[in-house]
Amino acid sequence: MDSDSGSSMVSFVTGAYILAALLFILALAGLSKHETARRGNQFGMAGMGLALVATLLLVLDYLNTDYLDQGPIVVGLVIIVVAMAVGAMIGIRLASSVEMTGMPELIAMMHSFVGLAAVLVGYNTYIEVADLGVQSDAVHNGEVFLGVFIGAVTFTGSIVANLKLSAKMKSSPLTLPGRHQLNLAILVLSAVLMVWFMLADGWVAMAPLALMTVLALVLGFHLVAAIGGGDMPVVVSMLNSYSGWAAAAAGFMLGNDLLIITGALVGSSGAILSYIMCKAMNRSFISVIAGGFGSDGGGPAEDRDYGDHREIQSGDVADLLAGASSVVITPGYGMAVAQAQYPVAEMTRKLREKGVDVRFGIHPVAGRLPGHMNVLLAEAKVPYDIVLEMDEINDDLPEVDVVLVIGANDTVNPAALEEPNSPIAGMPVIEVWRAKDVIVFKRSMATGYAGVQNPLFFKDNTQMLFGDAKDKVNEIVAALG
Amino acid sequence: MRIGIPRESRPGETLVAATAKTASQLAALGYDVVVEAGAGAAADQPDTSYADAGVAIGTSADVWSSDVLVKVNAPTADEIARLRSGATVIALMAPARSPELVEQLAAAGVTGLAMDAVPRISRAQSMDVLSSMANVAGYRAVIEAAHEFGRLFTGQVTAAGKVPPARVFVVGAGVAGLAAIGAAGSLGAIVRAFDVRPEVAEQVESMGAQFVTVDMEQEVSTDGYAKEMTAEQEVATAAMYDEEARAADIVITTALIPGRPAPQLITAETVAAMAPGTVVVDMAAANGGNVAATVKDEKVVTANGVTVLGYTDLAGRLAAQTSQLYGTNIVNLLKLLTPEKDGRLTLDMDDVIQRGIAVTRDGQTMWPPPPVQVSAAPAQATAVLPVEKAPPKEVDPRRRTYAVGLAAVVFLALATLAPASFLPSLTVFVLAVVIGYYVIGNVHHALHTPLMSVTNAISGIIVVGAVLQAPVDNLAVQIIAGVAILLASINVFGGFLVTRRMLNMFQKG
Repeated sequence: MDSDSGSSMVSFVTGAYILAALLFILALAGLSKHETARRGNQFGMAGMGLALVATLLLVLDYLNTDYLDQGPIVVGLVIIVVAMAVGAMIGIRLASSVEMTGMPELIAMMHSFVGLAAVLVGYNTYIEVADLGVQSDAVHNGEVFLGVFIGAVTFTGSIVANLKLSAKMKSSPLTLPGRHQLNLAILVLSAVLMVWFMLADGWVAMAPLALMTVLALVLGFHLVAAIGGGDMPVVVSMLNSYSGWAAAAAGFMLGNDLLIITGALVGSSGAILSYIMCKAMNRSFISVIAGGFGSDGGGPAEDRDYGDHREIQSGDVADLLAGASSVVITPGYGMAVAQAQYPVAEMTRKLREKGVDVRFGIHPVAGRLPGHMNVLLAEAKVPYDIVLEMDEINDDLPEVDVVLVIGANDTVNPAALEEPNSPIAGMPVIEVWRAKDVIVFKRSMATGYAGVQNPLFFKDNTQMLFGDAKDKVNEIVAALG
Repeated sequence: MRIGIPRESRPGETLVAATAKTASQLAALGYDVVVEAGAGAAADQPDTSYADAGVAIGTSADVWSSDVLVKVNAPTADEIARLRSGATVIALMAPARSPELVEQLAAAGVTGLAMDAVPRISRAQSMDVLSSMANVAGYRAVIEAAHEFGRLFTGQVTAAGKVPPARVFVVGAGVAGLAAIGAAGSLGAIVRAFDVRPEVAEQVESMGAQFVTVDMEQEVSTDGYAKEMTAEQEVATAAMYDEEARAADIVITTALIPGRPAPQLITAETVAAMAPGTVVVDMAAANGGNVAATVKDEKVVTANGVTVLGYTDLAGRLAAQTSQLYGTNIVNLLKLLTPEKDGRLTLDMDDVIQRGIAVTRDGQTMWPPPPVQVSAAPAQATAVLPVEKAPPKEVDPRRRTYAVGLAAVVFLALATLAPASFLPSLTVFVLAVVIGYYVIGNVHHALHTPLMSVTNAISGIIVVGAVLQAPVDNLAVQIIAGVAILLASINVFGGFLVTRRMLNMFQKG
């Protein structure tokens, strides 16, 4: 930097980036508690605003330098403003129109944007270098290569996750023969291409880069396609982590510390979140990352006579609820599908007015996104302090009069604890059967995502209420008067 | 097919085999249901409530000419004569103790289904009439005892002095015993209970009573009922019964052995040694009684002021409730017998429940059925045990140290080879990873989704990289950068906005 204004500008921007990074850390810290969550989000916005304004100022400052051609800078500024405005419009549109039940799909789609952006930035970085015809540096090339690789995997992986979540693609796992070998082959081949890319110079090096991009796109597709729809919460959180790593890699190639810090924050927090969820499902983290999750478990349990289930009608459920002193509701994905959160909230309100102690028990992997049920219940204005976690509610269940299982199946399956051969064996579940009465809302006697029969339905204290969850809850609300 | 619900002919019977509610449930299975006029009068089920539920009221002749007769008590010889050949009769029959009834049914060419012979397997619990009646009877036994007992159940400290809590001793922890434990406990009494099956101790304790143990070897029951004990076991238990009964204010006995007279557990000497005012309820009175002083269906006060109740109609004293429960058991049985819900009763002799209750079939004697293994047996008990986790593999701590050391050496080697400009970035990266780990560690589970969407917005920071590439003097680069800016901006704006929307919904109650 040969002008004073340029160098002080760079210092100013670096300072702004440090502040932005701090604000992002505060944002994540704030989001770990209800009381501070809103402020956390504001910190995040402030950090992002600061980073954007500082970067724009830096670009504007280029106009003051006399050794740079003014033309492309002006074109660049126009592109920045137009692209950002269009992106902001689309983003705001998406964010304000999305249904809370469609949140998982939206978040998966957004991850794909970050992935694609990382791929584009990576290519750009290389084109810039190749165009100038300078000797490329092996380490820098390695950074570009990794950034594009991670970005491409994130991109196709997120698209598949989005398609599976919005039911545009079959949610059952795709199991190709030798799929682990296939993934491994792609990784090895990419490593070879990376060496080639690092050693090559100029436009020739585009060949390994392009080849690797295709391979990475295939890998991303295959990794997520091999995971069943029921295990999407872990996948979405993992893709979140990948999108962070992609941003961090972009930071390395651009020598931009803000990108590195932010990417690393997102990457490690996403990884921890996935790890927490894997533990909740008693799965090995590695086997989820490697894809094909849940398909190596023992075959479906042999045909067994579980006995008969008993049916109950909504009116009787209402009587049972009105006479209970303590009620626990355990919702699952079925509640989201039936859009039953509003009637459930209404029922909760009525019961609380009658002095019934109503609480919610949420399994860590209920729904298709971590915390999905909490968001739906919050949308319907269920107070969050009666919405409890599995571990908080399990010990109290023997004292509970009635448990309503609304659209949950595998997360309340006693087979996980009682049948060592069950594919879901060892997964912690909400032990609803320990309550006095259990009412299961269900469309039919079909099995859940894991394809496992649920002995809960045949327990002596369980009664089945068949039909659409929303209609049935509405009937109960009406009967409660 | 038509189902007839007759008026019970046994004198003093209050129960009816179907209430208005269960009768309409039977009709829903496709049957025509006809109830004899006045059948439910003693169970608070006047003819009008049947009529309101859309159930037909008929004469005795209408009812007895039905295809299926549902009763509470076993049909008498006269009643069997009124059945038409090929009809089905469902009632409590005690077939093991009444061979003459089985013969009469067979001779009449009818199918007899004994409700009290439902095997005690999990699947059949919804039809287990003995359980549902015993449950009511156990409750009523405590109420009868409280009625005769001259003191309060609950202990209190009042201005007029201290009231000690009543001590209740329950013998036999079957359904009736457990119901009695629950009822006595909730009235405030101190409850102790004994059963010859040690495996029920947990159930007794779950009802809030203390399980009395006898120091001896015991067999685990395989058919769900208690067995009579060997002579030497009996000596040890007799001493315990004597001791416990003398110390109690109220004794409730429920010990039954299927097809045999009830065992006598409380001897005349023990009763003679009990304190005046003690109340004994012998729920086994119908089968001879567990207490020496018991007279069936009578209240006896002994010379030393001990009241012994031998009522056998305890369940019938809560006629409305018991009829409703019995009726529901009947509905559940008929659901099993009417798989098509078309009002046609079909018997499947391969099904253990249907085989178990069939006493006669179209004039053929089916009793006794082959034995059935039930759920309380130990084979099932092991299945209920939680899955034992394999102990985590012990990792040699030295190996871990070596691995960490090796990784550090490899890292140092790579770092030495890397250009100096790379290392500050790496420092920043490593520290940020650690911060990310700790910041997220304690996140509240409900905030997982907002957290994910905010991190998603933040990862849109890649827009900064794209913005810096936009002013480069190469149109291709500029266009690609433009696309990247557009995509990343969707994330930035959309992510923060959607997070705000979600967070605004969370509210405290």
